[in-house]
Amino acid sequence: MSVVRHLLACVCLAFAILGPSLAEAQKLVHSERSLYREVLVYDDGPIRCICFTRNCRIGRQTCMNTEAPERFVMNYTQMMMAALFLNPRPQSILIIGLGGGTLPQALHQVLPESRIDVVEIDPAVVRVAKRFFNFRTGDLVRVEEVDGRVFVKRAQREGRQYDLIMLDAFDHEYIPEHLLTREFLQEVASLLSPQGVLAANTFSSSRLYDHESVTYEAVFGTFYNLKEDNRVILATKEQLPPKSHVERNAAGFKQTFAGFDIGVERLLRLFSTAADWDRGARVLTDQYSPANLLNLRE
Amino acid sequence: MQIPLTYVIAGWSGFFVMSVELLGGRLLAPTFGSSIYVWGAIITVFMLALALGYLAGGRWSLRSPTVRKLGTLLVLAAVSVLPTVWLGPTLLDAVAVRLPDPRFGSLLGSTLLFFVPTFFSGMVSPYAVRLLVEERATSGRHAGQLYFVSTFGSAAGTLLTSFYLVLYFEVNHIFGGLMAISLAIGLVAWIGGSKQ
Repeated sequence: MSVVRHLLACVCLAFAILGPSLAEAQKLVHSERSLYREVLVYDDGPIRCICFTRNCRIGRQTCMNTEAPERFVMNYTQMMMAALFLNPRPQSILIIGLGGGTLPQALHQVLPESRIDVVEIDPAVVRVAKRFFNFRTGDLVRVEEVDGRVFVKRAQREGRQYDLIMLDAFDHEYIPEHLLTREFLQEVASLLSPQGVLAANTFSSSRLYDHESVTYEAVFGTFYNLKEDNRVILATKEQLPPKSHVERNAAGFKQTFAGFDIGVERLLRLFSTAADWDRGARVLTDQYSPANLLNLRE
Repeated sequence: MQIPLTYVIAGWSGFFVMSVELLGGRLLAPTFGSSIYVWGAIITVFMLALALGYLAGGRWSLRSPTVRKLGTLLVLAAVSVLPTVWLGPTLLDAVAVRLPDPRFGSLLGSTLLFFVPTFFSGMVSPYAVRLLVEERATSGRHAGQLYFVSTFGSAAGTLLTSFYLVLYFEVNHIFGGLMAISLAIGLVAWIGGSKQ
């Protein structure tokens, strides 16, 4: 009898804990199991998001406003677009990590002549992006379903070059550890054309920030750091263009970016070359890359 | 001396195997990614190598078994990790060129790097059983204790490697440490075994 009472108490407690989250406005629109995870699509009013955890418990991968799909919802994607201020006319673009396809869609709109290769490890994410986020592929926008590092190594062997490379590969936790090392960044750098630009989306909290910063610095030297809740690194293959050059290029995008609800002035204010990290932090390498363990530390 | 040494060797061998297995994942990730099938390939190779090692270890125990020889297995397993340390990434990249599918690439890559050390490690347990068992009546107890020690060692190797060792050391330094401990235990077994 006491066992039954105990059980009832447990069930009540469970409801008490789960209750509020179930009552939230988020509505599960679609869920799809893949080799890697469960890909979940939630609607919260007009905002539609992809999450890799139930009720988006550990963050949202990407979001779109279904009533105005062209408008950028997330801050970090806006900061990634600022890569165009360093090289306004990239002919060939590589994006590692598809998410909902916000970046390739917008880039294709801004640069309809440029070739865009997207690398996404999870076929389920590609299906979800096409079905729920209006992501379209074509002659100029292509997707390859493969691990980012495997793709980069192969592209290196084939001698491919890109004018813009965007690193945006995340699992439910963070960037996979083999995509954070000095060796990986050297491989990526070797794919950049002489006027090539790298944009990388990272987090700005936790001890990992120091380690990532010194690792990027070791490969690319000084870079532009755009920091809000996320941090976007903008680096170049050769000399980093001065701020005046960046501002001149940015002016040309004012109108186009307004259509995406991206404020060019706000982005420009974020550009910084100040090294606000511990320069003594250890560089991440293939031999030493405990990123997720470092991410646990404040 | 013989009995505690046998348990120490079996326990350390369990630690060694799991530590190498986890580091194997780190080593393969830059070339093949860290997808579930890469881990699947690694675990398959380790399980197969252990399975064949058990068979071989059992057979070898028929020929005048000693603690010295048991220690030698530990040393052989350690020494056969050396190629991984020296040319791991080079070899894996070469495999990836010839076998671009990361599933079979990682299967072949982990076979080349980890089959031999794991095979020797697998030989340890059945060989150790032979050294411990004196009569049939107590054989089950000895086998149970041996499984306990070796699996406990595996649990410790898994936890320490994934929670702490990779946080403080480079992969090759951890390999070096593992090899050094194996050689030290092998040496102790050589000296301790001579008093029989």
